[in-house]
Amino acid sequence: MTSRLHVPAVPARPGEQPDFSYVKVAAAGVAPRPPIDVPVLGTAPLAEDLVRVLDDGHRAVGPWAPKLDSETLRSGLRVMMLTRAFDDRMQRAQRQGRITFYMRSLGEEAVSAAAAIALRKGDMLFPSYRNQGLFLSRGLSLVDLMSQLLSNSRDMCKGRQLPVMYHSAEHRIFSISGNLATQFPQAVGWAMAAAIKGETDIAAAWLGEGSTAEADFHHALTFAKVYKAPAVLNVVNNQWAISTFQGYAGGEQRSFAARGPGMGIAGLRVDGNDFLAVYAATAWAAERARAGHGATLIEHVTYRAGAHSTSDDPARYRPKDEFDAWPLGDPVERLKSHLVTLGEWDDARHESLSKELDESVSAAWHEAVSYGTLNEGPRLDPSLMFEDVFKELPPHLIAQRDELLAELAERGE
Amino acid sequence: MPTMNMVQALNSAMDIMLSRDPSVVVLGEDVGYFGGVFRVTESLQKKHGAHRVLDTPIAEGGIVGAAVGMCANGLRPIAEIQFADYIYPAYDQIVSEVARLRYRSAGAFSAPLTIRTPCGGGIRGGQTHSQSPEAVFAHVSGIKTVMPSNPYDAKGMLIAAIEDDDPVIFFEPKRVYNGPFDGEPDKPAQSWADHPLAEVPEGYYSVPIGQAAVTREGSALTIVTYGTMVHVSLAAAEALGLDAEVIDIRSMVPLDIDTISTSVRKTGRCLVVHEATRFAGFGAELSASIQEHCFWNLEAPIMRVAGWDTPYPHAFEWEYFPGKRRVMNALRRLMGEAV
Repeated sequence: MTSRLHVPAVPARPGEQPDFSYVKVAAAGVAPRPPIDVPVLGTAPLAEDLVRVLDDGHRAVGPWAPKLDSETLRSGLRVMMLTRAFDDRMQRAQRQGRITFYMRSLGEEAVSAAAAIALRKGDMLFPSYRNQGLFLSRGLSLVDLMSQLLSNSRDMCKGRQLPVMYHSAEHRIFSISGNLATQFPQAVGWAMAAAIKGETDIAAAWLGEGSTAEADFHHALTFAKVYKAPAVLNVVNNQWAISTFQGYAGGEQRSFAARGPGMGIAGLRVDGNDFLAVYAATAWAAERARAGHGATLIEHVTYRAGAHSTSDDPARYRPKDEFDAWPLGDPVERLKSHLVTLGEWDDARHESLSKELDESVSAAWHEAVSYGTLNEGPRLDPSLMFEDVFKELPPHLIAQRDELLAELAERGE
Repeated sequence: MPTMNMVQALNSAMDIMLSRDPSVVVLGEDVGYFGGVFRVTESLQKKHGAHRVLDTPIAEGGIVGAAVGMCANGLRPIAEIQFADYIYPAYDQIVSEVARLRYRSAGAFSAPLTIRTPCGGGIRGGQTHSQSPEAVFAHVSGIKTVMPSNPYDAKGMLIAAIEDDDPVIFFEPKRVYNGPFDGEPDKPAQSWADHPLAEVPEGYYSVPIGQAAVTREGSALTIVTYGTMVHVSLAAAEALGLDAEVIDIRSMVPLDIDTISTSVRKTGRCLVVHEATRFAGFGAELSASIQEHCFWNLEAPIMRVAGWDTPYPHAFEWEYFPGKRRVMNALRRLMGEAV
């Protein structure tokens, strides 16, 4: 007998039949909902199970079904639809060469939209690069987001960040990093500070399942466990990390949520395309954190229906029609059907909202480009490049700034 | 002789070494089935198997740490870090382990590992896809640090790095993967076709690590540079009609100070050019070493052109990048405004 290197099996490659038989899907409504002060190990079964609320008949069933009024449900649907409309327009803008780069959240809109509603305004959010729904939910304007994408004269990042790396101190959303998983221990630190200061606000963070391989993920869980930090830690398992299937992050025959109890914090595995389940799980974890029972790791089982980014071509590594076979469906369609079943929504209203959102995205885009694009004025002042490296501009950067300005003057700019 | 771009040349080097040496393995994020985000490892897994070309979890510290263990068990790994900007989670493994393993174990263990990583800007990558962190590795004793500027050197030096019994950090200036770049972004992209250094033998050869190349001979001054800036420097010198000698150092550690100082003693003037930030950049080491070796032959202070001491800003990429005009201005000053 010799050992043999195990290479995780990928269910389907281009040209093959999509195969999601590895995704354990439980029926809606069957997962028990424990009290918020349940001991960590009491959540272990839920970390392997799948919390689902919406059943095949689009009804909300079981102990996790939240009591949300139809107005709130419609506002959640609106955020998801706005995310999608915004993403579609920005994807096109990238293809037209107006912005350099974009990342859509197609198929995983519920993860951000539902969580934002379940958390309080004062809670601090530490997003990854695919959580635009958090920003939209908290009321950032499309023009502000687009201006960042355009690196234009109104760019909140003053031209320093790649597109989608937004932030908003005012709306309590931390600056997005291009490096993976770094926000996870930071969120725990923010939560520790809230506990040190005796405040009721909590922190929430998101990362992809691929990023759980980074050491920062493990640092976060360890600190969260040690200090019972009031944090909601979200793993968005969208099955793919660029070309790398979730099995390469350790997802074969083991949930990501199970790492919570494994590391000493609560864990929940949730249907990430079920708006109500994401809401309910987040609300449970937030209440648990706020009451001093510590952090929860929530795995949102979802599917990245689009490319990783505009630089990626998923047709090279997975079947083109994989999303059609995804067992948990489309989050927008599912919440829509639920509202229709409740008699609180219909196709005509849906169409009309969709059109209204498209129009507002177009209007916002029209305004945003009037503040400039990367290549057309008005442009940001290049000397802004030297500011904010330090609080005060040091002498060597003043010299470099002056050298650049002289060079630009020479070029006639 | 076939023409290869730098991506193909690097791919060929790994393909050859995987074939020649059963102890060679390749590991990194997206390097297997997908062939790497820059296609540098394309088809290698298909040809050499999933046990020798490994897709890894997204964990740079894990990649390098595992590679050290593989070295200890007789393998010769080539680890890819997808962008140099993502190498920092592996910094502890590189600095505290890779670089010192031979020293601390008095030669009982070593890490004949090659870490490949694309670096540099000019691709609208913003602050997290544009960095040139070579100096922070050159500063660490025990690792060789290199950066080729063309396909011929890329292949030969990568083979030499893989064969080297010491660890090598192999920086790949991604702006010149598909063609040389003279620092003028508005001009159409150039290709490697017709470039003499894109004539790359299909088979095995190596370019020794630690030898600088005299890319252009001249007598008026010496430009000491590497990576993408070799091409920008050549273009700047040509634009001014200067009889510049251009030295592509190719390797920071070990540094071929003999070739550099021979040139500077001849010309008496020296400009150091790199894309990385200026302060405590590798140019500082170059300037100090050149001054020590050539002080009595210098007719002007050694000058530096480098990236500004800020992160690499997305919107101001071309104001940040030390392009042709900035190099030309420095050359003028170095020549006492005589051109």
